[in-house]
Amino acid sequence: MIKSILIFNNHGKPRLIRFYQYFAEEMQQQIIRETFHLVSKRDDNVCNFLEGGSLIGGSDDKLIYRHYATLYFVFCVDSSESELGILDLIQVFVETLDKCFENVCELDLIFHMDKVHYILQEVVMGGMVLETNMNEIVAQVELQNRMEKSEVAVQQPALKSHICEFAWRSVGGPRSRRLCREEHEPARDSPQHQHRRHQYQSAEPLPVLNGHPR
Amino acid sequence: MALKIVKGSIDRMFDKNLQDLVRGIRNHKEDEAKYISTCIDEIKQELKQDNIAVKANAVCKLTYLQMLGYDVSWAAFNIVEVMSSSKFTYKRIGYLAASQCFHESTDVIMLTTNQIRKDLSSPNQYDTGVALTGLSCFVTPDLARDLANDIMTLMSHTKPYIRKKAVLIMYKVFLKYPESLRPAFPRLKEKLEDPDPGVQSAAVNVICELARRNPKNYLSLAPLFFKLMTSSTNNWVLIKIIKLFGALTPLEPRLGKKLIEPLTNLIHSTSAMSLLYECVNTVIAVLISLSSGMPNHSASIQLCVQKLRILIEDSDQNLKYLGLLAMSKILKTHPKSVQSHKDLILQCLDDKDESIRLRALDLLYGMVSKKNLMEIVKKLMLHVDKAEGTTYRDELLTKIIDICSQSNYQYITNFEWYISILVELTRLEGTRHGHLIASQMLDVAIRVKAIRVFAVAQMATLLDNAHLMTGNVQRKGICEVLYAAAWICGEFSEHLDNPMQTLEAMLRPKVATLPGHIQAVYVQNAAKLFATVLKNQEGNTEGTAAQETSQLMIDRLPLFVQSANLEVQERASCILQLVKYIQKLQQKDVEVAEEVIALFAGELNPVAPKAQKKVPIPEGLDLDAWINEPPSESESEDEQPKAIFAKEETKHSRPRHTEVDEKELARRREVRKQEQASNPFYIKASPSSQKVYQEAPGVDHIPVVQIDLSVPLKVPGLPMSDQYVKLEEERRQKDRADKKKKEKKKRKEKRSGRGKKHDSGPESEEDITPAHMVDIVTEEMPENALPSDDDDKDPNDPHKALDIDLDKPLADSEKLPVRSHRAAEPLKSPAEDGDAESAASQEPKKKSSKEKREKKKDKDRDRKKSKDEKKKKKHRHEEKGEDLLGSQADEPVVQSEETSEVAAPPASNTAEVSDLDFWLSNAPVPSNTQEAATLPAAVAAPVPETPSGTAPDSEPDEPKDTEPEETDKKSSKHKKKKQKKEKKEEKEKKKKKKHHHHHRHSDGGAEESVQNGTVEEEEEEPLPPMSNYCLLAENSYIKMMMEDADQENDIQGNLQDGSQVVVSVIFENKCDSFLKSMEFNVLDSLNSKLQRAEGSGPHDGLTVPFQLPPVVSNEARFVFTVQSIVMPQKLKGTLTFIVKNEDSSTHEKLDFKLHFTCSSYLITTPCYSDAFAKLLESGDLKCSSVKLEGVIMPFHHLLARICFHHHFSVVERVDSCASMYSRSIQGHHVCLLVKTVSEPVKLEISYNQLLCLKKKKKKKKSVLSDCDLDFSLSVPLPPSLFRQ
Repeated sequence: MIKSILIFNNHGKPRLIRFYQYFAEEMQQQIIRETFHLVSKRDDNVCNFLEGGSLIGGSDDKLIYRHYATLYFVFCVDSSESELGILDLIQVFVETLDKCFENVCELDLIFHMDKVHYILQEVVMGGMVLETNMNEIVAQVELQNRMEKSEVAVQQPALKSHICEFAWRSVGGPRSRRLCREEHEPARDSPQHQHRRHQYQSAEPLPVLNGHPR
Repeated sequence: MALKIVKGSIDRMFDKNLQDLVRGIRNHKEDEAKYISTCIDEIKQELKQDNIAVKANAVCKLTYLQMLGYDVSWAAFNIVEVMSSSKFTYKRIGYLAASQCFHESTDVIMLTTNQIRKDLSSPNQYDTGVALTGLSCFVTPDLARDLANDIMTLMSHTKPYIRKKAVLIMYKVFLKYPESLRPAFPRLKEKLEDPDPGVQSAAVNVICELARRNPKNYLSLAPLFFKLMTSSTNNWVLIKIIKLFGALTPLEPRLGKKLIEPLTNLIHSTSAMSLLYECVNTVIAVLISLSSGMPNHSASIQLCVQKLRILIEDSDQNLKYLGLLAMSKILKTHPKSVQSHKDLILQCLDDKDESIRLRALDLLYGMVSKKNLMEIVKKLMLHVDKAEGTTYRDELLTKIIDICSQSNYQYITNFEWYISILVELTRLEGTRHGHLIASQMLDVAIRVKAIRVFAVAQMATLLDNAHLMTGNVQRKGICEVLYAAAWICGEFSEHLDNPMQTLEAMLRPKVATLPGHIQAVYVQNAAKLFATVLKNQEGNTEGTAAQETSQLMIDRLPLFVQSANLEVQERASCILQLVKYIQKLQQKDVEVAEEVIALFAGELNPVAPKAQKKVPIPEGLDLDAWINEPPSESESEDEQPKAIFAKEETKHSRPRHTEVDEKELARRREVRKQEQASNPFYIKASPSSQKVYQEAPGVDHIPVVQIDLSVPLKVPGLPMSDQYVKLEEERRQKDRADKKKKEKKKRKEKRSGRGKKHDSGPESEEDITPAHMVDIVTEEMPENALPSDDDDKDPNDPHKALDIDLDKPLADSEKLPVRSHRAAEPLKSPAEDGDAESAASQEPKKKSSKEKREKKKDKDRDRKKSKDEKKKKKHRHEEKGEDLLGSQADEPVVQSEETSEVAAPPASNTAEVSDLDFWLSNAPVPSNTQEAATLPAAVAAPVPETPSGTAPDSEPDEPKDTEPEETDKKSSKHKKKKQKKEKKEEKEKKKKKKHHHHHRHSDGGAEESVQNGTVEEEEEEPLPPMSNYCLLAENSYIKMMMEDADQENDIQGNLQDGSQVVVSVIFENKCDSFLKSMEFNVLDSLNSKLQRAEGSGPHDGLTVPFQLPPVVSNEARFVFTVQSIVMPQKLKGTLTFIVKNEDSSTHEKLDFKLHFTCSSYLITTPCYSDAFAKLLESGDLKCSSVKLEGVIMPFHHLLARICFHHHFSVVERVDSCASMYSRSIQGHHVCLLVKTVSEPVKLEISYNQLLCLKKKKKKKKSVLSDCDLDFSLSVPLPPSLFRQ
């Protein structure tokens, strides 16, 4: 089970919070602060796991995070989740954001928190992994946006639309570094990048094994 | 109105949307809070508008503010409004806000039930999806109960998008509403084989999550998961399954054996690190579970360790971390295989990543030896110096102590070194573990006699430099060490070089700033030191020095007498008086040193924690007896406060001098010594006295190591632990050289001198001799305090409620609540539950059954009479084969059937396990059906206790009888038409009723494709008509018929509301007058009561809710509450009614007797043969049998009658032998074996059932013609025991 998903920036400002169990608002803020405190003091080249789960659940819990440019993506999970699997899930999520926002950056998350939530809802539901196939996620998000768009168009064509275009572009502000690509990394379509994407969760079909049950 | 809309639109033009809000907040960095509060005011205004778009916009902004920490629960109702918008756009906003801020105590949540239900059934899949997603975040027990059925329906939605969401949310539903688990589980299981990989993955996810908490209930799914594991290519699914197996293997070691091979293959073949890692983890779990039983898995361990090494060596920190994590699991059971990678792990200690260092530290614990302990600790000490942050340093500190002290200091060869390490550790800043160091110091100093001289010197230095520890407030934790230091210096003061100096150090004014318990130890030990000093001074010099010392004490102690701490105060004032007295004596030139020393004489030996318990109670001692009779309560209440007051006063005014003459003192001392001698609690050092107290364990078998001390015990200056490393090296070399020279001698010495304790070290370390005598009591280990075993689950753990046996057939009551128009809908068929369950396996079965039947016909003849039990087993396997292999043709099925005869393991207790047994046993496959067939057939006849499985081709899942078959059909009809109107239902019912009067066989014939073959194979006579109504009472006006047999309309148990029985009575107007105001009344018995309208007394009648026109009949239902169902009941009742003619109306009444037989409490419940077999094997059933003679009736008629009138269903039938099953409304199982012993005269019926079913029946010729079996259930066990 995923207990919570937090996205905050290098200064600890929350960009998205999603708790799969109830905490009062003050508690949520405290968890964010403490998590930020734990995560921010770690170098970028250390491992991405932290055993500081006492904030949310029992000792069973782990923080698994990734740091992209200005944002931290932190998943608090219990022992039923594979550590490496969650790392890949974060990558899938960020790449999906990148596709939906076209070169996602922190500003996209700042101004479109709701959209980010909608994307996240297609990846994780109620603390359990719903879909890991990026194309499937993007397709579902697009279909829903299209529906939304058609509704808005029918209803109030004259009004200022607060629903953005299908591919949500960032609103104002200079475009900062892209999220998906870390500085020390090669461009996203180079083979290295491909490698990174499937770092832990290669999608190769497995050979059929012997020893079928009779 | 139109104007309003326009106005709303214009308003909206100027509203802020989310982006504006965010921008505004960013532009008001200085006064963010103020800005937001104005925004919230605006939002409140917006929420008051009618325009849903405006509201949605406001709610969207609130969601953002919620993220910033603002409580938005005040808008909960508006959120619900937005959720119920028909537009997807707004609905989505509403659900998002709800999922962020709703929780169980949000009261508006109950308003959402219907909205959510509507959305769930929306034709638009995204409406449904959004509702499911939202619900997954805020589902409450109420919502879960109300919506469980809707969600379950969605699990079979046409769109995989909905299916996977519905499957996932079921987990949340289970958590909130555990009752839904069993009804929903079959469908969930079905989803494991969904064509869509996403749905499949979701199902795996949910089941894994369930199984992780209560693995034993899911053991039976292992074969299915095994199949998935070997066939799936989805790494996400594989990881989950493999993790699940990791949880299951501890429960079933044989599963582990089966897993090793495919897992090893996966490890070799996969390129996905995540999968590889999980495989390794599970293999480790398997190996741990096998570690006792299976010795030969070193290859697997090697493979794991080797793979982990690759991970640890990887440059990726994540892999390194996980590698170490998994390594520590291996360490517990196979330390040897990890030890070979010591280099690698030591390397990790230098890693820049703290998480990795911590993991490596964990591993170190298992890899120290006598040889490398010093080296490793030296390394750790370096880290301690370098470490930043107290957490890591504290971790290091505890690890150092753990490593050194493990198994009774097994690996420490030089305790001087260890003491100096401990002293060095005290220089750590801000550690929390001062008490840990202190207890180590005490432990070592007490238990290692040879080290005391050294330890005392070290402690004296510590005390001298105590200001270093007390100075800083931050260092509070470390001052605990002074406790140990003071005690050691005092207790072993005879070893001190300069006790006077230490005494002064202990009496410094600064000491008063220490915590109370430490001060107390200071004071007490100052007295001990004082004694030593006196002794030295009296021997050496003139009396003046001694008097000065006394003066010092008298000067300094008052500081402690003033202490706020009671303990300190008490001790200080006591000692102060003592010293004053001594001073007095000194002034008279009396030598007092001896006497003072005597105060503290005697050695304190370590006592095993259990020693106290083992002390026998002295004869004649009654600890419960009053020493003084307690004063009456009132007295004590009055006096208590006074006593305290008085005490206080005397304390202050008490004369401070107490003169006790020498003789008295000596006498007391003598008495004390004698007391000590006879006191088992007081353990003496002298060997002679030890023998006396052999009851106290731990003291007498202390291994004492005698070694020639080649190392000088005193090291000049403050010894650094490093010096010892060098010294130790030298010493060992010397030892080795010595050993070579005089091998023989050495060996002798060793044999005689070394304690057996130390032989447990690795062989290579044999020649490393400890430098000090170690005097250790095993039980004394402070680190040995093992965590208590009661790992009881947290009572608040929601998963506790999900500990549910999923293999048991579903009970009638275990249905998801379905929204229905009629509250008292009694027409839910029990078979419906079975529907879903059997659905998974039904299809392949249907396909294969015919072919199978053909094939087996030949065999059948041979086998017919083979052993009953065998057949039963066979049958189970057959079924299981179908389950596991699904549509994989019948080849393996047949095979399994053949092998099972031989391969079936010895009968195990629970059927569940034996199901797995077969799968798990890799027995050879000698298919000799011949042998099986020729087995003695004679055994078959007289074994009534074991209802035979029989008929290899019978289909266990299909109840043979027509009756339950029909039930099935009806229920499915009902399912479909649930929502339709009542009237229609009513009509249908009537139709069905007619059916009952009909020839049953016509019904049965139409369904032969689903039915079991035996019915048609044999030419059986058509069943005679059976009526399920029996006459209750009749007079010229009215006829009352009680519907007796059809449980659907007759008796419907309701477990949740206690035991309720519904009785249907048909009233038929026989005259040509109008009957009205009918009142139905029954004289309640203790056991059975008619449920009356609220507020009416126990003798009021129940009005029949209709009137009867001439020659019309109608049916009314009455609900009875029944306490015990084990006895047949007869209730007397009357019906009063008014007969109305054209001209007159008369009051009439009719008496009747309601007869509840025990069998009317039974509910026809289909039962699978495997479940049936389990039931029988469980041993909970008692049995009895009855023979009936003179039954002249075809066997199948008899069965039909039993089914019809007594609500049984046929589980299996072979020839003239059938097993039948039913359940009582309270959940008791009733099994029945019916067989004709020697046709057609005798009929043997045995009941096999939980409670013992007695048959006390008259048997005449007519016995079964009207099927007048009379059951009584006796001695009920609490049915709750068997329900779950």
